[in-house]
Amino acid sequence: MKWSALAVALVAALSFVACGRKPDAASDGAQIVKIGQSSPLTGPQAHLGKDNDNGARLAIDEINAAHPVLAGKPVVFELVSEDDGADPKTATTVAQRLVDEGVVGVIGHLNSGATIPASKVYADAGIPQISPSATAVKYTTQGFKTAFRVMTNDAQQGKVLGAYAAKLGKKIAIIDDRTAYGQGLADEVEKAAKAAGEDVVAREYTTDRASDFMAILTSIKSKSPDVVFFGGMDPQAAPLVKQMRQLGMKAQFLGADGSETPKFIELAGPDAEGSIASMPGLPLESMPGGQAFKQKFEAKYGEIQNYAPYAYDAARVMVDAMKRANSAEPAKFLAELPKTDFQGVTGHIRFDSRGDLAGGSITLYQVKNGKWTVLETVKSAE
Amino acid sequence: MDILIQQLINGLVLGSVYALVALGYTMVYGILELINFAHGEVTMMGAMVAVAVMGMLMGAAPDLPGVWVALLGLLAAVSACMALGYVIERAAYRPLRQAPRLAPLITAIGISILLQNIAMMIWGKQYIPFPRILPEARHNILGASITDVQIAILGLTLVIMAGLVWLVNRTSLGRAMRAVAQSKSVAQLMGVDVNKVISATFLIGSGLGAVAGVMVSANYGQAHYYMGFLLGLKAFSAAVLGGIGNIAGAMLGGLLLGVIESLGAGYIGDLTGGFLGSQYQDVFAFAVLILVLVFRPSGLLGEKGVERA
Repeated sequence: MKWSALAVALVAALSFVACGRKPDAASDGAQIVKIGQSSPLTGPQAHLGKDNDNGARLAIDEINAAHPVLAGKPVVFELVSEDDGADPKTATTVAQRLVDEGVVGVIGHLNSGATIPASKVYADAGIPQISPSATAVKYTTQGFKTAFRVMTNDAQQGKVLGAYAAKLGKKIAIIDDRTAYGQGLADEVEKAAKAAGEDVVAREYTTDRASDFMAILTSIKSKSPDVVFFGGMDPQAAPLVKQMRQLGMKAQFLGADGSETPKFIELAGPDAEGSIASMPGLPLESMPGGQAFKQKFEAKYGEIQNYAPYAYDAARVMVDAMKRANSAEPAKFLAELPKTDFQGVTGHIRFDSRGDLAGGSITLYQVKNGKWTVLETVKSAE
Repeated sequence: MDILIQQLINGLVLGSVYALVALGYTMVYGILELINFAHGEVTMMGAMVAVAVMGMLMGAAPDLPGVWVALLGLLAAVSACMALGYVIERAAYRPLRQAPRLAPLITAIGISILLQNIAMMIWGKQYIPFPRILPEARHNILGASITDVQIAILGLTLVIMAGLVWLVNRTSLGRAMRAVAQSKSVAQLMGVDVNKVISATFLIGSGLGAVAGVMVSANYGQAHYYMGFLLGLKAFSAAVLGGIGNIAGAMLGGLLLGVIESLGAGYIGDLTGGFLGSQYQDVFAFAVLILVLVFRPSGLLGEKGVERA
C-alpha cells in the first residue's frame, strides 16, 4: 500500500516536472528553435570546451532576452550542448545525436580533428555548421555548402607567417612535427616564404613525441638561417628553442598558435625570450567589442579561456542569418549565411565562397620579460 | 668538420642516456632472461621524483645552491627508483619465477602501463619544467659547443660504467651475479643467496635508470609521464644491438645507437639530396639494428652462454 502510494506520488511529481518544462516557452505561444553546440566538455581540453559552450550560451541568452520574432511568430532559442571529447569518432556520434534531436544549426566543434568528420553528418542532413575554432584547411575544402568558420584557417595563418619571416631575414629553416596541423602549417609557411623571395635553406622533421632536436638543429646551424620556423605544439617548441641556444644559434625562433602558450614560456624559461609566434584573430583588448564582452562574460562565467568570443559571434551570426531569411528552417537560412556581413566582437565577419572567414586577422606576439606581448596584427588576404 | 664533431657530441650525450637505461635491461635479462618492459617507466619515475623533490627543496630552502638542489633531487630519485625496482621484482616477478616465460613478460607490460597511469594521476598530463638551477654555460671544443649539463652527463656516465664494471668483475656480489647468470641452481648449491642477488640486480638497474631519467629531464628541461616509453624502447634496442645480457654490449650499443641516430638525422637529408629527410632518423637507427642482427643474431658483443651478467 505504502509503495503504491509512493509510486503514485512519484509519477505525479514526474509528470509535473515533464509538463513544467516544455510549456514554459510554449505558454506564450513561442516556437522553440534548437541550436546545437559541440566541444570537448570532459577530458584534458574540457576548460576550452566549456569556454566555447559558455560563449554560445551567452549569445543565445542575450538574443532570447530581446524577444526575437521570426515570420511574425515569437521564438525562443535553446542551446543543446553535446560533449565530443575532442575525439573524431565521438564527434560523428554526437553530430548524429544533434541531428536526431532536431537542431536547425550547429556551433562547433572546437578541434579540427572533430570538426572535419562531423561536418559530413551535418552536410548530409543539410544543417548549417559554424565552427568557432577549427583551423585546418580541409574543413572548408570538402565541398560542403553547410560548413563555415569565424576564425582564420591555417593557410591564411601560414601566409602571414611566411611573409613575416621574410621581414625577419633572408634565410629560413622550417621544421614540423609531421602531424596534420604542424605539417599543413609548415607547408603553407614554406610556400609563402618562397613567394616572398625567401631562401628556404632547410626543411627538417621531427615527431610530436620527440624531445631531442640536437641532430637536426646542428645540421640547420651549418646552413646559418636567420629564422627557424617550427610547426607544432609547445612540448616540442620549448626544448627546440632551448637546444637552439645550447648550440649557440642566434636565429630568430618563429612559431604558430601551438607555441603561443604560457606553457611554452614555462618550459623554455629564459630561452623563450624574444621568440615570436602567431595566433589567429585579434587580441581581446583590440577586438571591437572585446572589453564589453569580457565584462559580460566574466560576470556570468568567470575568466575567458580562449575561443569564447568566437563561439559568441558564431551563434549571433547564425541567428542573424535566420532573421534575414525570416525563418529558422535550415534550408532557408543556409541560403543567407554566405551573404553574412556582421559586426561581431571578434571583428567584421564575412565569408568567402568556401565558408572561410574573409579578411580575418592574425596577430603576432613576442616573448618580452617572460610574457607574450602583442607585436602587430596583420589582416590576411581575402 | 665542426659539424661532424658537434654531431658526435650530440650522439654521445644521447647515447650515454641510452646506455645507462640499456644497462638496466641487460642486467635483468642476463640474470632472469626476462625483458623488464617496466624499466622505461622506472626511468620516467626517476625524472618525475627528482623534479618534484627539487621543487619542494627550492620552496623550503631558497638559499641552497642549485647544484646541491639537483644532487639532492638526484639522490631522492635514485632511492625512490631503487625502492620501486625492489617492490616490482618482489611483488610482480618473484611469484612468477617458475611460470612460463610469457607470464612475467606480460606482467612487465602491465606494470609499465600501471606506472604510467600512476605518474599521470600524481603529476598530471602536462609537461612539467625541470627547474633552471644548473649552470648553463656553453663551451667550445673545436668549433662545436657543449653545455655544462652535457659534460656532466658524459662524465657521470663514464664514472658509473667504470664503477659497474668494477662491481661485476671485482666484488663478491659481482661474482655471485655472474654465477647466478650462468646457472641459478648451481649457484644456489654453492651457497649463493639467489633471491638476494636478483634483488640487488633490480636495485642497481633501477638506480641507473633513475640517473638516466634525471639526466634526460635536466638536458631537455622537461619531464612527462609518457617520456619513459620511447626512451625504454630505444634503450632496449641498444641492449639488443650490443648483445642483450652483456654489460659491455649495453654500453657499446647505447653509445653506438646515439651516434648513429645523430649522424643519420644530421646527414641523411644532405646525402640523399633531400630525397630522404630527417623524419627517417628512427628508421635509419633501426635499419642498422636489423642489419647487425642479420649478421650477428646475438648482437655485437653477445656470445651465447659466455659471461652473461
